[in-house]
This record gives sequence, C-alpha cells and structure tokens, in this order.
Amino acid sequence: MTVESTAAARKPRRSSKRTSAAKTPAKTSQSSGPELVQLLTPEGERVEHPDYSIDLTEDELRGLYRDMVLTRRFDAEATALQRQGELGLWASLLGQEAAQIGSGRALRDDDYVFPTYREHGVAWCRGVDPTNLLGMFRGVNHGGWDPNTNNFHLYTIVIGSQTLHATGYAMGVAKDGADSAVIAYFGDGASSQGDVAEAFTFSAVYNAPVVFFCQNNQWAISEPTEKQTRVPLYQRAQGFGFPGVRVDGNDVLACLAVTKAALERARQGEGPTLVEAFTYRMGAHTTSDDPTKYRADEERASWEAKDPILRLRTYLENVGAADEAFFTALDEESETLGKRVRDAVRSMPQPDRMAIFEHAYADGSALVDEERAQFAAYQASFAEEGK
Amino acid sequence: MAMEKMSIAKALNESLRKALDTDPKVLIMGEDVGKLGGVFRITDGLQKDFGEDRVIDTPLAESGIVGTAIGLALRGYRPIVEIQFDGFVFPAYDQIVTQLAKMHARSLGKIKLPVVVRIPYGGGIGAVEHHSESPEALFAHVAGLKVVSPSNASDAYWMMQQAVQSDDPIIFFEPKRRYWDKGELDTESIPGQLHRASVARTGTDLTLVAYGPMVKVCLEAAAAAEEEGKSIEVVDLRSMSPIDFDAIQTSVEKTRRLVVVHEAPVFYGSGAEIAARITERCFYHLEAPVLRVGGYHVPYPPARLEDEYLPGLDRVLDAVDRSLAY
Repeated sequence: MTVESTAAARKPRRSSKRTSAAKTPAKTSQSSGPELVQLLTPEGERVEHPDYSIDLTEDELRGLYRDMVLTRRFDAEATALQRQGELGLWASLLGQEAAQIGSGRALRDDDYVFPTYREHGVAWCRGVDPTNLLGMFRGVNHGGWDPNTNNFHLYTIVIGSQTLHATGYAMGVAKDGADSAVIAYFGDGASSQGDVAEAFTFSAVYNAPVVFFCQNNQWAISEPTEKQTRVPLYQRAQGFGFPGVRVDGNDVLACLAVTKAALERARQGEGPTLVEAFTYRMGAHTTSDDPTKYRADEERASWEAKDPILRLRTYLENVGAADEAFFTALDEESETLGKRVRDAVRSMPQPDRMAIFEHAYADGSALVDEERAQFAAYQASFAEEGK
Repeated sequence: MAMEKMSIAKALNESLRKALDTDPKVLIMGEDVGKLGGVFRITDGLQKDFGEDRVIDTPLAESGIVGTAIGLALRGYRPIVEIQFDGFVFPAYDQIVTQLAKMHARSLGKIKLPVVVRIPYGGGIGAVEHHSESPEALFAHVAGLKVVSPSNASDAYWMMQQAVQSDDPIIFFEPKRRYWDKGELDTESIPGQLHRASVARTGTDLTLVAYGPMVKVCLEAAAAAEEEGKSIEVVDLRSMSPIDFDAIQTSVEKTRRLVVVHEAPVFYGSGAEIAARITERCFYHLEAPVLRVGGYHVPYPPARLEDEYLPGLDRVLDAVDRSLAY
C-alpha cells in the first residue's frame, strides 16, 4: 500500500509507511501493482488503507450506488439512442462510474470542474441535467449548459487542452484568496499531450490548487497505455514536483477518499496532485469504433469481474445497508430516467438557422454582420419564390 | 497637455501601465516580461511597480501561456500575454484556434474570453530564423479572433487600450522593426475605433493599403511618387480582422486604383482577401486590377537576404507604375 509523494510535498502526511518510487519496478504501466489504493475489493469486501480512511453513513453509501446505477442507465440509453440514429455519436463511460462518481462526490459546490467529453457521471454529480449533455452529440449545440451555473465547464474535445484551462482557473482562485479547488479530468491518452505536461509545469510552479484526475481506462481509442508511457502514469507527477497517487478506479469509496484528500491538499495551499484512477472502458471509445478489432474478449471479461457497481451492491447487501425495496425503487427510477432522456432527445428542436451568426464574437463584428445580412436575404429569397 | 512624442515601444509600455493601473483584473503574462521587461522592453518596469502577481514571468511554454490565460479569463481576469516572437506562437496555435477563438460561440455567449495575445512580428531587424515572420493571415482566417496591428505610437497606445477592454480575444501584432519609431501621442483624446482603418495620407491617383510595418514604406513611396507628379492615398488598415472594407471602398471609388502591400507571402494573404472584396464592390470603378506586393511563397530567408524578400520602396513604386499603366 503505497502513496507516492515527493520532496515538494513538504508536509508530513498521515502515514509514514511509504516506499519510494525508485523501489517500484517500472517494467509495465499496465500492472495494477501493490501501490493501488483500494477500500472495497472486487469481491465487495471493505478493507482499510493507512492513508485514506473513509467513514460513510448507510445513506451516503446508497447515494453513491444510486448515482452509479443512474449514470450507467443514462449512458446505456444514450448508446441506444445513437444506435437508433438519434445521436450522431456517443462516448460511453461504461465501467468508469466509480471513478467519476467517487471523484465527483468529493467536490464542493464552489469547486470548478474541467471535463473532457466522457464525464457524464461527474456532470451528474454537479447537477447538470443529463439531457443537456446530449445536445452536442445530437448536433444541436456545442454544449447545452451554462458552465457557471454548476461550476462545470463545457466538454472539451481537443485532448488535454482543458488541463491548462483548469490550471489557469486555479491560478485565479489562488489570486482571489479563495479556498475552493479545481479539478481537471483527462485520460491516459491525453497524458501524452504537451498541454498536459505544460499544465503540470504551470500548476507546480505557481502552486495552483488543482487536482489532475486521470482516468486510465487502458485504451486511447485502439492504443493501449503502453503506447503512451513507459512508467505508471501517477509516477509522472514526481518529476514535476507534486504527489501522484494511483487509486482503484472501480472502487467508488477509494476514488472518493483519494480525491477528497487531494482537493483538501489544494485548498490548504499545498498545490496540485495527480490522481490516476486505474479503471477500464468496457465499451468502445465512441460509438464510431469497434473494440473487437483491437482487444481481446478475455480482457473485458476480466474487468467485468471488477465491476464498480456490482462490488458496491455486494457490500451493501452484505452489511444490510440496502434491502430489496431499495433496489426495486432504483430500477423504477432508472426506467423513468431512461424515458425522460429518450423523450428529451427526440424533442430537441432544430436550432434556428440564424443562430450560426449569433455568438462568433462577444463585441460583434462588421464582417459577421455583413454575412448575416447576406444569409438572411438569401433565405428571404426562397420565401418570395414560394409566393 | 498630454501631447508627447514617443516611440511605439514606449507607447505600448505606457498603455500597458495604464491598463494595469485602471483595472485590477488585468494581468500581464509571458516569458521574460518581469525583471527583464521583455526582450523588447515593452513591459519594462511594470513588474517592479505592479508586482509579480500582476506581471507574471511564465515557464517557457507557449501553449501553457495561452491555455492558462484562458483559465484566468474564465475566472474573471483579463490577461495580456506576450509571445516573444512571431515564429514562437505556433506551439500555442492550438489553444488559440481551438479554444480561445471558439469558446464564446461554443458556450452560446455564456463565456467571454477577454485575452490579448501580443506578438512582435515581421522582419527587417536582421534576426535569425523564426524571429521575422508575418503569420497574421493564419489568425485572421479563424472566426472568433480579432487581429490588429498598429503602425504608429498613437495607435499603439490607443489600440492596446481598446484591445484590453474588448470582450473578444485580440491578436495584437506589434511591428517590431518600428518599435523605436517616434510619433505624436495624445494620451487624453481617444482616436477612432479599434477596427476602423485610417487614411494616413490623402491622394487622388491610386490607393495603397497597408498595415503595421508596411505603412511607413507606403508613406515613403507616396512621397517619392509625388515628386513624379503622382498623388497617392495611403490607407492604414489597422485591423486585419475584421477589415474595414468601407474605408478602402471609399478611397478606391475616388482613386480607381488599388495596391495592397504587406510583408507576409502574397499567396493566400490578406491582400488576396482585400483584392477579391474590393473587386466585387468596386468593379466598375476600377481602372486596373488590384495588385499585391508582399513576401514570396518561400520560408522567410536568412537575414542577409531579407531585403530581397521584404517589400521596399522600389517594389511598391513598381506596382504603382504597373497599376497606373493600365
């Protein structure tokens, strides 16, 4: 049980039972290894960790379970809608519910989230209506929510760009003297991007209150993590001068505990942390690719045994924290959510055609005004012909 | 009072000082902008007076500079970032094009990104590779960005003030070889709008359109042509995106001839856009095709050859003669 830290993390942490990174052979980044923080085993057994303790009420445990189940249901509905031709594309989070709900529920309202395009579970935790996530995949907008309503930035499609936005935002938080924190989500593929390395550099140099939450779901479209790195990703942080920690990304309790600790560290002015949530994308990268072409069925099967939802259900049942009525009610709630999502997608209005000119510039532009007028005249010419 | 003669560099420095002084949300960021005051000293003395929290020396990472400036703008700050030289902007090009330019539209107007990206640009100072380029068309082509370049001290001062106050991202190209040219600056009376062109010299026989470093060349060409009895009007474009086509049209309807001059390669350059639009607008007024003078479609040459590459007085006058010969 190891948490990697560095000389830059000067404050002593809760445990002294740490070994150095140098003792961990870096022969493969795929190995989950003994350094993985885990509080709930794949068998649903509760275990303790010297650095990350967590004590949740039964109500809170059921809440996490509910979040994961509803997020998975939403995701399944969106995948189905894409197959039915209602969405142009969908990026499924199947398998990553614990990483997203665990980290998402660690956040305070005044924290700010910079997601990539797969953070449907985090959006759920932030209170963004899930139907708003679908507009960009249906092609009616580029993101249907106001980022400042829920402190949840728009999805960013260019890989890794948002880690710099998060860092800059966190620099601003520190300048303002606020004690909130910022979290940036990205994947194992993004860890290869220069922007992510630059975000690590800037955040370390300015001691920005930001948590880098990397969901290592093992695959960047068809490329395995070995094509991105020679060392376990969490160990990258050491070279930048801040701590990195690898958490079992299918363990919602561990993800919650580790993210809370990292956010707390940021709030206390101790700077960034890299959290690598070791998890698995059970579906395709998006509905456009076919994972059977690049990975073996046995691999997915081995990860299904680590399913984040099943293990929490087993634990809830074993400790008697949830009864049959709870699960039945949740099933019904899931179905209601599914129907709401279907109806919302199908009833999304076609955007007004003049909207393309509306927000190119905040202060307006003579060129856009001219082209808007030309377009309007062109459209009007059809109306006249029709008379 | 307030009328002073100063260099473009000093005018920019004064303007940045005023911006920092007026609005506590204004920040300056970049490589070497602090103690050194920037390699061209445009930020000279500002960190001393406003502190390291307002005038921020950054790591040597251009994408990081622009990317974090976006984050700071999202938090309510108004960053002015310095890219040290034109050829170094490309590591930040992704952040500028895919993020800075698009976030306002992407958010349906919910997000404003008042970020100014200052880029000393253009040749004529005998620099090494990547220190003399004119990439303005690459930015002007991107919707969501506004692109400007002053040619004199007064514009440098006031256009910077207006750029900082704009809620849109502004790419602010500074003509580095003119940094030390002095001009009159009235710091109290605000001249024209940021995206309006100005008539730098009036004339009746032909219009020269230029911006940034080429305005001076065009004014010299107009003066030389006058000795041969030709009356040349010079329009200083000031803004490359949007372009003040009305001002050019007004001038061309009077002179009936147009030559566009810029340092950047002619191919796909801003001259092509101006030629096309003005031909469309002024077809029956034109006595000659719109001509362009600019760089060649080659990598920017070594310094010993840059005078062959850059439009000078003779090449501009040659184009004037060709136009007048129609």
